[in-house]
Amino acid sequence: MKAKDIAELMDEPAFTHNKKEKSGCAKPKPGATDGGCAFDGAQIALLPIADVAHVVHGPIACAGSSWDNRGTRSSGPTLYRIGMTTDLTEQDVIMGRGEKRLFHSIKQVVEDYSPAAVFVYNTCVPALIGDDVDAVCKAAEERWGVPVVPVDAAGFYGTKNLGNRIAGEAMVKHVIGTADPVPLPVDANRDKVIHDVNLIGEYNIAGEFWFVLPLLDELGIRVLCTLSGDARFHEVQTMHHAEVNMMVCSKAMLNVARKLQERFDTPWFEGSFYGITDTSQALRDFARLINDPDLTARTEALIEREESRIRAELEPWRERLNGKRVLLYTGGVKSWSVISALQDLGMKVVATGTKKSTEEDKERIRELMGDDVKMLDEGNPKALLKTVEDYKADILIAGGRNMYTALKARIPFLDINQEREFGYAGYDGMLELVKQLALTLESPVWQAVRKPAPWDDGSDVVLDAPVAPVSDSDVKEVV
Amino acid sequence: MSEVVRRSKALSVSPLKTSQTIGATLAFLGIKGAVPLMHGSQGCTAFAKVFFVRHFREPVPLATTAMDQISSVMGADDNIVEALKTICDKHKPALVGVATTGLAETQGADIRQALYRFRDKHPEHQSTEVVLVNTPDFAGSFETGFAIAIRGILDALVPKGVARPGSRRRQVTVLCGANLTPGDLEYVYDSIEAFGLRPLLIPDLSGSLDGHLDHAKFNPLTTGGVTVDEIRTAGDGIAVLAVGESLHPVAKAFAERCELPVHCFGHLMGLDAVDEWLMSLAEISGEKVPVRYQRQRQQLQDAMLDTHFMLGMTRAAVAGDSDLVAGFSRLLQGMGVDVCTAVVPTMGEAARQLSGVTPVIGDLEELEKYARKGAAELMICNSHGVESAERLGIPILRVGFPQYDLVGGFQRCWFGYRGTSQALFDLANLRLGQHQDVQPYHALYSQKRDGAQQKVVHTSAASSTGAITH
Repeated sequence: MKAKDIAELMDEPAFTHNKKEKSGCAKPKPGATDGGCAFDGAQIALLPIADVAHVVHGPIACAGSSWDNRGTRSSGPTLYRIGMTTDLTEQDVIMGRGEKRLFHSIKQVVEDYSPAAVFVYNTCVPALIGDDVDAVCKAAEERWGVPVVPVDAAGFYGTKNLGNRIAGEAMVKHVIGTADPVPLPVDANRDKVIHDVNLIGEYNIAGEFWFVLPLLDELGIRVLCTLSGDARFHEVQTMHHAEVNMMVCSKAMLNVARKLQERFDTPWFEGSFYGITDTSQALRDFARLINDPDLTARTEALIEREESRIRAELEPWRERLNGKRVLLYTGGVKSWSVISALQDLGMKVVATGTKKSTEEDKERIRELMGDDVKMLDEGNPKALLKTVEDYKADILIAGGRNMYTALKARIPFLDINQEREFGYAGYDGMLELVKQLALTLESPVWQAVRKPAPWDDGSDVVLDAPVAPVSDSDVKEVV
Repeated sequence: MSEVVRRSKALSVSPLKTSQTIGATLAFLGIKGAVPLMHGSQGCTAFAKVFFVRHFREPVPLATTAMDQISSVMGADDNIVEALKTICDKHKPALVGVATTGLAETQGADIRQALYRFRDKHPEHQSTEVVLVNTPDFAGSFETGFAIAIRGILDALVPKGVARPGSRRRQVTVLCGANLTPGDLEYVYDSIEAFGLRPLLIPDLSGSLDGHLDHAKFNPLTTGGVTVDEIRTAGDGIAVLAVGESLHPVAKAFAERCELPVHCFGHLMGLDAVDEWLMSLAEISGEKVPVRYQRQRQQLQDAMLDTHFMLGMTRAAVAGDSDLVAGFSRLLQGMGVDVCTAVVPTMGEAARQLSGVTPVIGDLEELEKYARKGAAELMICNSHGVESAERLGIPILRVGFPQYDLVGGFQRCWFGYRGTSQALFDLANLRLGQHQDVQPYHALYSQKRDGAQQKVVHTSAASSTGAITH
C-alpha cells in the first residue's frame, strides 16, 4: 500500500474533530507500547464473514498465533474459523516464491472448501519484499472463477484502527455493489412494508446480536448485512441497497458508511445496542431515517413494551449494583456505548480509556458523563491500577488482556472485548451483563485472596489492595 | 530412524506451527526480573501476548520495538536502542531478551550493532544484561526458537573460559525444553533435590508462569524463575542435563565448553524414561533412589496393568512439537497403543528418531486426514485439535501449546512415575467413555416378545385400564 493511500485512510473527513489527531492514535513508542497492528485490525473486522476463506499471506506468526481466536458466532457456515496461511518459508522469502505459493494456495482452498469468496490478507514480510498481492488475486479470480479480494494490511502500516479502515476500504472497493439482494421470502409478513438496512461494525460477539435481531424482525426491518458479524459474502455484496446504515459502537469503519453515502446516497447514523437507553435510541433512529409513520408508531410501542419488561426484570439486580464505581478501559472503541449501559444500572463510571477513541468519541463521552470524568490516554497496567486506587473503583471493565492485571491486584473484573464468552447487547443482553457484574463483584473469593497466610506476621505482605473490599461499610462510604 | 512425509501443499490449513519468535520469548520468560522484547511490528507482540495470556491465564510481560512504515523501510535498528533505553529507564530489568521477527530479518536488522550502540550511549544501564537472538518466523518453529534463546542466554552469561567446573559440588545444571510445563519443571526440581543435589533449571517457568498470586499488585517484569546470577554459575556444577531432545545440541556444546559431563533425556514420561532419569541422578549423586520413587514406580506398574485393557491396540493420532510428539508416542507405544499418525510442524531430531511411526510435517488438516485414514480412536493435541476431534468423533487429550479451553492444563505435571500414571488413567478414561457394546441382535425365530410387550404397556397406559391386552 502506498504511503499516500494510508494517509488518506487516516484522514477521515466525516470526523468532526479530525484536525487534532489524524489517526486517532499517536506514533507508537518502542519499548513502551502494546496494542495490535493494521493486520490485526483488518482481520478482526472481516473474519466474522462466515462463508469466506480467510487466507493470511505471510510467515507463520501472523496466523499461527491468532486463528480461531474470536468470540464471534455464525448461524451457519464455520469456514471462517479455519485458520489458513501460506506459512512462508525462508526459501519463499529469499527466492521470491511467495506469489506463486499464494496463487496455488488460492487454488487449493477453492478446490477443498468451495468458499463463497477468498480474502487474502497481506502481511509485513510479503509487503516488504514486494509481492504483488493485488495482481495474484486478480489472476486467481479469473482462473478459478471465485471472487478473490486483496486486503493489503501489513502490520507495519499502522494501528489496529487503521487496519479496520483498510478492511472497510477493501469491501467498498471490491465487494459492495457487486450483487443484488435476494427477493423476500414468500411467506414473509406482508401486512407491513419491509425496510432494508445495514449494520456496520457489529461483530456478533458471543452471539449477542441475536438478542436484537428478533426485534428488528418484529418491526419489519430486514438486515441486508451486518459488517461483519454472522455475515455472508453475498450479503456484503448487496449493502448498497440499504435505506439506512447504522454505525455500531464506534467509527472504526466510518469510511464505509461515508462512501456508501457518497455513492448511493444512503443516510447513516451511529448508535449502539449496549444498554436500554441506547438500544431504544437505535431503534428510534432507524424509524426516523426510514421515515415511515407506521414503522415509527410500531417502534414506539415495541420500545415501551420491551423497556418496561426489562426494567422489571432488572430491578432486583439494580439494587445490588447501584452506586458501584467502575473503571472502564476498552481501549476506547466502545467506551461511550458501554457507559450508557452501566448508567442504566445505576453504576457510576469514574474513569474511562480513550486511547483509541476519536475526538468525536471523546465528545460523546463528555456528553454522557460530564466534564469530571477521568479520561485515560495511557493504558498501561500501572496507570490502570493507579486510577482504580485514586478513584476508588469497585471493578475494572476492560479487554481480556487486562484481566490478569486486575486479578493479580485482587480487583473484580469484567471482560468486555471480542474474546469474551457472554453477549451483552440489546435489552436481554443486560440480564447477562448484570449477572456477570454481580458474579464478580459479590464473589466471596475477594476476601479469601486478600487474607494473609496464618503463618505470616504481615511484615512482608503487601495487602494494600487498591480497592476497598466489597463489604457493606465500604460500599456505603463509596455511595 | 523413521521416514518423513514432507509438506506437499501450498496452503497451511488450521496451522499447528507456532513461531520461532514466540518460542524464544517463552525461554526469556523463565528468567527472573526479565522482559522479552520482540523486534518487529506491534502486532507480533500483541498476538504473542494474547497467545500466552490465554494459555497461562497470567499477565505476561512482553515489549515491542514497534516498527512502523518508515522504520520498516529505512532501518529499525534505532528502534532497538530506543526500546532498550525505555525499558531500562522504566523497569530496570535484570535481563532483556531481544528476539527478532520475520519482518526485522527480512529487512536485515543488525541487532548486534544496535546493542553496541546502546551500550555506548547508555553506560548507566550496564547492569542490565541483554541477550540477542535471531528468530525469524519463516524458519523453524516454537522449539527451535526456544533452543536458540537458551543458546543465546548461555553464550551471553557464561562465555568461554569463565566456568569453574566442579566448584559447586552439589549443583547440576538442567536445560529444560520448550514443552515442559511448570508442573513438569517442579518434578524435575524435586527429583533432583531428592538425591541431595542442587538443581539449576534454565529456564525455570515454574517460578514465573506457574500461576501464583504474588504479594505485589503489579509486576512489569517476570516475577520468578532462575536469576541472572544463578545462570552465571551454570558451568560451575558437576553435570549438565538436558530434558527434551530439541535442547540436546545446546547442552552438548555447553557441556563441552565447560568441560562437564552431559546427560541427555527426552520427556520424562513412561517407565523406561523415568528409570533412566532416576538412575542417572543416582549415578551423579552417589545416592540411592529414594524410597518414595520406588513406591511410585510400583504404583505406575499397577496403573499400566489396569489401563492396558483400555489402551492396548488403540489407534492414536498425535500432533504437536517434535519433543512432545516423541514423548507421547513412546509412552503410548509402551502401552501397546498403535500411533497411527504423528504430525509435527517442523522436523526435529526427536520425531526423526521415532520408530514404528512415520512423522508427517504438516498442519491440523493433515492430522485430521491421516487420523481418518488410520481410523484413529484417540487424539493427543493442543486446543486447536478439539474441532478436528469432534469431526472425527473421537476423544482428545490436550497437551502442549496453546490450551485455551481448559483451566489448569498449562501447569499439569506429566513427568515422573506419578505424572505418567495419571496420564494413563486419563487416556484410559477417555477410551472408556467411547466403549461400544456389541449391537443387540434380534433373532428372527426368537421367543422374546420385548418389543410387543412395550407396545402393550404403552397402549395400556394410554387406555389407562392397566390390563395387558393384545
